[in-house]
Amino acid sequence: MGSLKIEVSGLGYAVGEAEILKAVYAGMPEGEITAVVGPSGAGKSTLLRAINRLIEPSSGEVYLDGEPTRSLDPLELRRRVGMVFQIPALFGGSVEEAVLYGARLSGKDADPRRLLGMVGLDASLAEREPGSLSVGQQQRVSVARALALEPEALLLDEPTSALDEAARRHVEELVRDLNARLGLTMVFVSHDLSQVERIADRVMLMAEGKSVGEWSREDFFSAAGERARRFIAGRL
Amino acid sequence: MAGLQTVLSALLTLGLVAVAVALSLYERLDLEKDIGVAVVRSFVQLAAIGYVIDFIFGLENLGAVAVLLGGMVLFAAWTSARRAADVPRAFSVAAVAVGVAAVATLGLLLTLRIVPPTARYLIPLGGMVIGNSMNAASLTMTRIRDDVAEQRLKVEAALALGATSRQAVAPILRTALQRALIPLIDATKTTGIIFLPGAMVGMIIAGADPLEAVRLQIVVLYMLLGSVSIAAILVGTLSYRSFFTPRHQLRTMPQNKS
Repeated sequence: MGSLKIEVSGLGYAVGEAEILKAVYAGMPEGEITAVVGPSGAGKSTLLRAINRLIEPSSGEVYLDGEPTRSLDPLELRRRVGMVFQIPALFGGSVEEAVLYGARLSGKDADPRRLLGMVGLDASLAEREPGSLSVGQQQRVSVARALALEPEALLLDEPTSALDEAARRHVEELVRDLNARLGLTMVFVSHDLSQVERIADRVMLMAEGKSVGEWSREDFFSAAGERARRFIAGRL
Repeated sequence: MAGLQTVLSALLTLGLVAVAVALSLYERLDLEKDIGVAVVRSFVQLAAIGYVIDFIFGLENLGAVAVLLGGMVLFAAWTSARRAADVPRAFSVAAVAVGVAAVATLGLLLTLRIVPPTARYLIPLGGMVIGNSMNAASLTMTRIRDDVAEQRLKVEAALALGATSRQAVAPILRTALQRALIPLIDATKTTGIIFLPGAMVGMIIAGADPLEAVRLQIVVLYMLLGSVSIAAILVGTLSYRSFFTPRHQLRTMPQNKS
């Protein structure tokens, strides 16, 4: 296990009285895919959004390469740590514009056709209207637009939950492929343990706003993780 | 009281309001109470302002005119802020927008000597500027509020790609401003063909020279276009910030933050 790309320490997040995150601890090793699992309402998505500061944690710290993210400009942080959501919300009149949205804002040069190729889409789709693509293709475009910013890490919030089986497999392969080719650190929220087994290097379990445990994939899917798996299955 | 008699005869048009109420009831629009309040309030307010204007015209005092216009701006801001309830700082936003729109347009009309600096011109023109700017302010604010709530996913996706709050909300602002401005632009385009503006009709009925009425109406239309644009753009620029933190985060509960 390499050094930690992202480290979460005592992270809390409250909206009024409701404590959505309370004392979350986690370490995401450089170049690995960490799956975040747990029952719904455990705070998995909130954790991702706290990592790239789409929300402001009320306590604790997130470190990127050992540096507290509080000291970073949030816009800069979000360019370094990309995010892919459940639903691909694409901007612009063409797939090309959609892919280049973030890169253009930050004045970065990006080749839309090369990016489409990286996510396994044909370059000829560049001129199409984003809405004319299948949801699975749109989700891959939303991965491409995150890659356009050349991020150091990618947060994926249940990116396959809106997809059919075939499209889901495509995105899973894409995630493994990008991880292998670019060495991209990834944090992947999933509620599907078989999916976790297919893609994750590490598994982090959350429940009721807290981190419960971390395992390597091998441990999690062997006797060592049996209780954790039973816990998730019972609550899903 | 021949004056009051005249006003009371206007009440006969209430028959038409009854139709609106009946429609509201039939279609369950749940607007009849609102219509009732609007009818009563417009009657009381217009009757009152009639006496006030009569009094102020008598004064021919520009200080009093300014005070009255100022009061109208504050009342407009209050109305707009109530319409856009749960938009943080709605009152100040609307007051600034409507106030600047009124000062800019009336100021221009006076500086260019298009209208004389008398209460007889400034109060009715000011009323139109303020009223229309108020509508634009309410429309813009409520539209932004609704769209931010409805398009949370898109806004957050943009923020996650390194967009600033302003960049993330830009498409919403654009739609809101278009929605606020298009009705007036269309009304201006079709004026004289589809509908004759109220002020002009009033002047002609009251016996004014139709060409003088037209001249004033053109002034009014351009003035309204200018002031409504100013108000809508100011509201857009000032109010979108309320939905974000300074760190370019969408507020979790926009309606709870003040």
